[in-house]
Amino acid sequence: MSLVNFTTREITCKIVYYGPGRSGKTTNLHYVYQRVPDQRRGRMVSLATQTDRTLFFDFLPIDLGQISGFTTRFQLYTVPGQVYYNATRRLVLQGADGVVFVGDSQARQLDENLESLQNLQSNLLEHGIDIRTMPLVLQYNKQDLPRELVLTPPELDDALNFRSVPSFPADALHGSGVFETLKGISELVLKRLAAGSAV
Amino acid sequence: MTTALNPKFAFETFVVGAANRLAVTAGRTVAENPGSAYNPLFIYSGSGLGKTHLLMAIGHQAKKVAPGLAIEYLTLDEFVESFHAAIAAGQGDAFRRRFQGVDVLLVDDVQFLTNRKEMQAELLRLTETLQQAGHQIVLTSDRPPSEIADLDERLISRFSGGLVVDIGVPDYETRVAILRRKAEERAAGFQPGVLETVAGAEFENVRELMGALNRLIAFQAVNDQPVNAEAVKQVLGLSAPARGAAPEAAAGAVPAPDEFSQFLTDVSVTVGKAVEAWRARLAEAILRWEGEGYRTKRLEALLDQEAHAGVDEQIAAFGKDVERLKELAAEVQALDPQAAGQSVFRDPERLAEAESVATNVREGAAPPSAPSPAFPLASFAVGPSNEVAVSAVRAAIAQPGKKYNPLVLVGKSGLGKTHLLHALGLELAKKPKAVVACLSTQDFIAELIAAIDGDRVDWWRARYRRATALLLDDIHLLVGKERTQEELFNLFNLLADQERQLVFTAPADPHGLEGLEERIRTRLGGGLVAELAEPDRAVRRAVLARQLELEKIPVEDALLDYLADRPADSVRSVGALLQRVVTGAAAQGQPVTAGLAREILEGQPTRGERRTSGFRTSGIVVSTAGGVRSREKMVWDWPDAADRVMEDLR
Repeated sequence: MSLVNFTTREITCKIVYYGPGRSGKTTNLHYVYQRVPDQRRGRMVSLATQTDRTLFFDFLPIDLGQISGFTTRFQLYTVPGQVYYNATRRLVLQGADGVVFVGDSQARQLDENLESLQNLQSNLLEHGIDIRTMPLVLQYNKQDLPRELVLTPPELDDALNFRSVPSFPADALHGSGVFETLKGISELVLKRLAAGSAV
Repeated sequence: MTTALNPKFAFETFVVGAANRLAVTAGRTVAENPGSAYNPLFIYSGSGLGKTHLLMAIGHQAKKVAPGLAIEYLTLDEFVESFHAAIAAGQGDAFRRRFQGVDVLLVDDVQFLTNRKEMQAELLRLTETLQQAGHQIVLTSDRPPSEIADLDERLISRFSGGLVVDIGVPDYETRVAILRRKAEERAAGFQPGVLETVAGAEFENVRELMGALNRLIAFQAVNDQPVNAEAVKQVLGLSAPARGAAPEAAAGAVPAPDEFSQFLTDVSVTVGKAVEAWRARLAEAILRWEGEGYRTKRLEALLDQEAHAGVDEQIAAFGKDVERLKELAAEVQALDPQAAGQSVFRDPERLAEAESVATNVREGAAPPSAPSPAFPLASFAVGPSNEVAVSAVRAAIAQPGKKYNPLVLVGKSGLGKTHLLHALGLELAKKPKAVVACLSTQDFIAELIAAIDGDRVDWWRARYRRATALLLDDIHLLVGKERTQEELFNLFNLLADQERQLVFTAPADPHGLEGLEERIRTRLGGGLVAELAEPDRAVRRAVLARQLELEKIPVEDALLDYLADRPADSVRSVGALLQRVVTGAAAQGQPVTAGLAREILEGQPTRGERRTSGFRTSGIVVSTAGGVRSREKMVWDWPDAADRVMEDLR
């Protein structure tokens, strides 16, 4: 999917929220969904199990209207975090313009975060994409949990952010950091318009 | 000495909110009924909330309602100064007289009366005098009268005796409204969310709010780039620490006012930076024209190209084309509303097509009726009876519109008026760029009725207005057709002004045409009225010769002479005469000769048909019943007496 289509004058950003199970990807989308005015958002498609785990993926289209003469749309996807849904994850990644890696800030989840990051890397490779060329931001979610349970953003940066991409502490449940993250990835993605790597 | 009222400070520019509504209402009431409603009116508020504005607004409004009023605005300091000056000059009485004559006295900042005993006494006296005379006093202060330190009890009670109102700090909505209005006044445009962010900052008064706005305007001007909602906080130093830690803790419960709007603003800025400026301009142009319903294929194609060379020129050219289309569409709309609906008027790519459609419509989809080619001038028989008319026609052909305009051909039916009219039309039509409208008045009327019916009278008019010549047959049929007379009148004037040839035919001199409007009759008579008389022998001979030629009958002089000598009151009857001879000859299976013609026309009654009684004079058989039985004389018109005598003598 091309990011910008000059003929139809559309900019379409596909952003995938990636990360280990229960890290808060769907929560991110829900928060965004609540903040977007009705007329701007499409129906949020969420395929969840009885226990609210994402089974397939969530999809939230947002219409930003006309920006510089271009009809601008964002499509936000989440992947199922559980290990055994890898095929789905790979499918959702297809054609992504940017990835938000939603990490779980809890110290005991560090390994899962690392594992998921590696999984992201390998799934992108399957699509022939080097993770270093893909716009990526990290979100350290659940920063609202008690201090003793979570790692601080600098600690998480040390552990996960090898490439020094933008990272955002967040509390997706209450919304802090959600839009900052979305804005961060949007900027990275949209900068590629200027770089000319789109079309 | 006295500060003039600043015209910027009027009620119209005062943003009213919950915090100041009472004060504004009281102010308006006082301004419109000085001295009678609240006297004195005492307005107090913190600094920068609009006291001075309101005070001056009262002055303006009072002046507007009653221009004759003497209105004095001054600050207490000015009041004190002028009082001191007056005392120093020994003119204390003059000072008092001056203020006693004022109808509306507006005093700003009376809190400065503190510790000015002599001024308090003076003001007290003045207040009493003015109140007694029914003159209005309005005072402002930064605190209520009772809180002005060291103020005379009597002044306090006097100030409080009218109405004391305060102006509060404007609420968020009012602040936004104030910012919007001020930004508008300064023609400063801001991105969405910016003014709201400023208004959300809770400045203590409007003056500070204005300061913030000024800073933003300056910042935008210097950086030549719009400020976004996020940057506002930095520019104004409103970042999180200023608000303390409290919002941080409450963030979960109370989300920022509109995260999505801010996000949208941010994305817009990013896209604005990312999309090349020329593409953005192009895309915006497309959006605009698309929105107006025009096809933008040409511009869309440009979006796909790599370089921006000439894009602005293309956009401008496109805009020009659209403007042209609009003009054409408007023009066509006036002439033929149906044609204006065509899609060519929405597609700049088809501008040429639209032009030609417009041209067609302009010229009338169907050009006005042309003269009939069946009546060439060459075939018109000329003789002494019609040579005046024919020479007038020739003059009109040589100098259309200049010599005889209008030309009216008058004569009885069947004398060749129509022929001559069409012949003239045909000749005129040979001229370059000629559009000759030549038709019967009856058709002219019928067309107008159809146009009225189809709601395209304008179109109909346009058809005729472009005619270089208008030739109407049988103009007397206009009698009683008021609307057509009206239209013809206008058309006549228009065409005559442009020296376009007008030709009409009528059975009689236009002055004698009853039922035709005077204005038309006089206009018809204003050119040349040329009469066609009954055909003379030369004309009859010429007509016969041509007819015989047409019938492919060998032309014998004897036959021609015989037939031409026969009386005929019109060209048409000459033709009929010949026709009878020809059919008669055909019936008898004999060639057409003079002898046969004589036999047919004058009659060789068969024996059986001979009357037992009755007698025959030349060509006339009078029956026993007293009827005229000659076949010739019975059926056709009687020649006039003179002709008959001639014939009898022959």
